[in-house]
Amino acid sequence: MMQFPCPHCGPRAQSEFIYERTLDSVVPLNAPPEEAMTKLFTRNNPRGVDDEIWRHTYGCRAWMVLTRHRVTNEISGCRAIGPEALP
Amino acid sequence: MSRYSAFSLLRGALTGDRHWQPAWRDPEPKSHYDIIIIGGGGHGLATAYYLAKVHGLKNIAVLEKGWIGGGNTGRNTTIVRSNYRLEPLHNLFEFGLKLWHGLSDELNYNVMFSPRGAMFLGHSDADMVKLAERGDAMRCDGIDADLLTRDQVAKIEPLLDMSRDARFPIQGGLIQRRGGTARHDAVAWGYARGADSLGVDIIQKCEVTGFVRDGDFVLGVETSRGRIGAGRVGICVAGNSGHVAGLAGLKLPIESQTLQAMVTEGVKPMINSVIMSQSLHCYISQSDKGGIVFGGDPDNWPSYAQRGNPMVMEGAVAQGLALVPALSRLRMVRTWSGVTDMSFDGAPIIGETPLRNLFLNGGWCYGGFKATPASGYTYAHTLATGKPHALNAPFALDRFERGATIDETGSGPMPNSR
Repeated sequence: MMQFPCPHCGPRAQSEFIYERTLDSVVPLNAPPEEAMTKLFTRNNPRGVDDEIWRHTYGCRAWMVLTRHRVTNEISGCRAIGPEALP
Repeated sequence: MSRYSAFSLLRGALTGDRHWQPAWRDPEPKSHYDIIIIGGGGHGLATAYYLAKVHGLKNIAVLEKGWIGGGNTGRNTTIVRSNYRLEPLHNLFEFGLKLWHGLSDELNYNVMFSPRGAMFLGHSDADMVKLAERGDAMRCDGIDADLLTRDQVAKIEPLLDMSRDARFPIQGGLIQRRGGTARHDAVAWGYARGADSLGVDIIQKCEVTGFVRDGDFVLGVETSRGRIGAGRVGICVAGNSGHVAGLAGLKLPIESQTLQAMVTEGVKPMINSVIMSQSLHCYISQSDKGGIVFGGDPDNWPSYAQRGNPMVMEGAVAQGLALVPALSRLRMVRTWSGVTDMSFDGAPIIGETPLRNLFLNGGWCYGGFKATPASGYTYAHTLATGKPHALNAPFALDRFERGATIDETGSGPMPNSR
């Protein structure tokens, strides 16, 4: 199991978190159809580092952006999500 | 290639077993092939085999970054079935199931296909309605499916917890008696031996690092063993689909996740069929060596790590123990995991890409093993003719933008909720 550095609660077990989707797949409210299609149905899916949205469901319940390596599981960042993080 | 037979075994036994030869060659890559298949798993090797056998093509290479059958082909739970509700899915998998039934003879290689029956459990009235609907859909297309009562399920699997206060009460089931299991490594090896004997070059330890392009045309691949030209290139790399397509600048409707499986020590026969529960997502069978093989949900977040997470494993084990309490007496000896290519409607993608001469076979989610012969056969047709076979036409890459998804579970474009 991984340990996530929640920006509000500190290091916590992964079992408290639920994965939502990658940051690149958030559909902006005013997205034209082509962009909405791409965001909904495709992913960068790199064999390397990507930004993911997780929720500390069984903790502070806040959403956050986790930067994680998809092979090594190394976590290089975790930041709170706020209005400025939304596309 | 010398044919395997009881006679050759006997003759070998009398001459000190000196007759064994390598089952396939280890050739150096040529500078150009008519068709290059990226990925030496079951699907890639089957594709090469049918290209040579059915379409008579000779100048074919399979490029594998590690060793053949070392990815998901060697990391699954070997279940073979065709019991899907939606027509395009059950037609494709049924075509494969028919090939499975003659595969050992076709390849002159024992793939140990064992049609012991694949049984879904129903835990509620709603489950039973769903299973009946699925069975009806299958029978409409001539595929065998039998709805079972609670007593019939108990007769097939006496060790299931059938008590009234069971954690997951069992109301009945749906069995496909022609389904079962096979020996996964033998499938890769059998297809490799067959393809090699028809002239296909199987090149291991050869990783594709890029594509040679002229505008929208793909002319070949860059590899760890140099540049290789090709008339057509077929991607067939399962969990690494997103990575390899990314080398060509494509963004796919695929998210890679880890799926774990595990096996216990070997015991005498105790599980007679393949027990599956889709409400729980747990599947249990017994290997020919006696080990109880079981698995559960994927780790529902993106990952290319070929190792699992104990948290998810615990969930799968808890489900297995609730269904078959006797399993609690067994020791788990091995766990493993593969990288599954979760597509955005749960169905595979076989067909053309936006680039000319580049084709894709991927997105099999956690159900690719059973499709190995059908995937290879239809992909070979697509690569040889440049057009999809009738069976894989519905599985085109552009179906998502056309709104023509094939969503068996109806869960929408969320790979982590499948």
